[in-house]
Amino acid sequence: MYAPAPLHIPDGFLSILLSGVLWIVSFALVAYALKRVNKELDERKLPVMGVLAAAIFAGQMLNFTVIGGTSGHLMGAAIATILLGPWAAIIVMTSVVAIQALIFQDGGLLVLGANIFNMAIIGVAVSYFVYTTVQKLTGKRPWGIFVGGFLAAWFSILIAALATALELAISGTSPANIAVPAMGGIHALIGIGEGLITMGALGLLYATRPDILQVGEKRSMGGAVFWLAGLLIVVALAIASPFASANPDGLEWVAEKNGFISLAQGPVFEVIPDYLLPGLSSQALATILASIIGALLVFGVLLVVTYSRRKTAAQSIHQADALKKEQ
Amino acid sequence: MHVHFLDPFRPGVSLVHRMDPRIKLVLTLAFIVLTALVPPGIWPVYIILLAIIVSVEILSELGIDYVMKRSLLALPFMLAAFPIIFTAPGPEFASFSIASWTISVSMTGLERFISIALKSWISVQAAIVLAASTPFPDLLLAMRAIRLPRLIVAILGLMWRYLFVLADEVLRMNRARAARSGHPDRPQGRTGGSVVWRARVTGGMAGSLFLRAFERSDRIYNAMISRGYDGEVRALPLSGLVTTDWLVLILGLIFLAAILVLSLLL
Repeated sequence: MYAPAPLHIPDGFLSILLSGVLWIVSFALVAYALKRVNKELDERKLPVMGVLAAAIFAGQMLNFTVIGGTSGHLMGAAIATILLGPWAAIIVMTSVVAIQALIFQDGGLLVLGANIFNMAIIGVAVSYFVYTTVQKLTGKRPWGIFVGGFLAAWFSILIAALATALELAISGTSPANIAVPAMGGIHALIGIGEGLITMGALGLLYATRPDILQVGEKRSMGGAVFWLAGLLIVVALAIASPFASANPDGLEWVAEKNGFISLAQGPVFEVIPDYLLPGLSSQALATILASIIGALLVFGVLLVVTYSRRKTAAQSIHQADALKKEQ
Repeated sequence: MHVHFLDPFRPGVSLVHRMDPRIKLVLTLAFIVLTALVPPGIWPVYIILLAIIVSVEILSELGIDYVMKRSLLALPFMLAAFPIIFTAPGPEFASFSIASWTISVSMTGLERFISIALKSWISVQAAIVLAASTPFPDLLLAMRAIRLPRLIVAILGLMWRYLFVLADEVLRMNRARAARSGHPDRPQGRTGGSVVWRARVTGGMAGSLFLRAFERSDRIYNAMISRGYDGEVRALPLSGLVTTDWLVLILGLIFLAAILVLSLLL
């Protein structure tokens, strides 16, 4: 029914420093997008953005069989960008990703900043860059909308996947020489599904409500900055990914140098001497102690809850008895 | 059929349910941050963290099986961290030879992988308890209380309100598609034409979903205007925090900080 997409990073997979940095970056960019949207759009924006975010979320349940058990479905950054313009699309995608994490545990809370960065910011910037470039090249002919939509969707998925892989590699969670080609390869395929669905959706909208497709274009104030950002992201990741996957040690070195890995590794200092009893290390002793404390905690809570439940059950039986007697 | 089963909230009267949503949100986030900060391989602390979250699950009376079932959702992502077992530098734990290949599992890599898996499993349980024991409108108020931007919280609220309506719409569309395209006997068999054709049909469905969403948002806007909407979404505020709430928050944070210190000492 609701299948988690492989782009949503769960908690525990990114180092805390990287999570923090991406939270700050995403928060600043989303706050700026909010300011822009507040300035550009009328008060009508609120319901449109809320309902469209719900539609993108629900649209992710639309899937089609590709081969056997695998199926393609929608992320939605490209279609949101084309329909609403980049700033509003960032906010809509942020809402989608946030709800997925908060309610459906699809993606973690501490890494929510990173997931927003990958899907809402990179996804939208790349979509905008690709779509507007294709529009300009084709001189706004109708088929440019479809080609642009397909390519925007495909690139947004692929680049977001590469960014995810690099973040995993920087955190020391996954080696770059495996994560980058694997994530890139899988999402190059998933992106085709995204592209075809986006194209089909644009086809229907073009046939029925061409005015909606023009709405996004009007709202492209600050478009040049956005275009440039999209270009930079595509170029940076297209260059960095093969480099990183060819030289995983290089990335490890960068990570080490910036303290990403050291933060997630090893005890800070040792107070308890290594051996307390002959043959029993402090670590083993601590593990045994922790197990006992943990088990006591769980059973204690279990006892309290069952006891209080029994008490309330007994009370209600008493009350029922009392009622019967009165009758 | 409705998709209300998507809503993870399970009503109840347990201690966890009655806790102030603001305190619950802050403590959940602090717990997840703490879990992320614990270095890999400090097993005693992982056991304590697991015991804490399991205790909270028992207190919440949500049913351990419910939380466990949902927590499996994050499992497929483990695959991303799996290669670290073989590539991390460190003393060799075991090695296998397949034909002419020799694969060796490193001790450090195994330790890191198990730590990542445990961390993500513990964190996801905390998030599940939060979502399952707090009605979403309360969570929105809590988000406002920790100073998230007003507009984004308002959009999240609207999105939540129409999520189920639109998900129902999708279910109806899927059913209509299934009814129109005959099902072959083989369960894995193709229905309809080529992959591209199927993708285009799905695209058309997505398009009409967005179209309906746009039209619905117009009607919603008109309804909001006629009820006095002036660009500001107002909600009944949560009641003020009482001394007990502050006590729970402060004691909880001190407790988590103590575990963090412990994990760094070990």
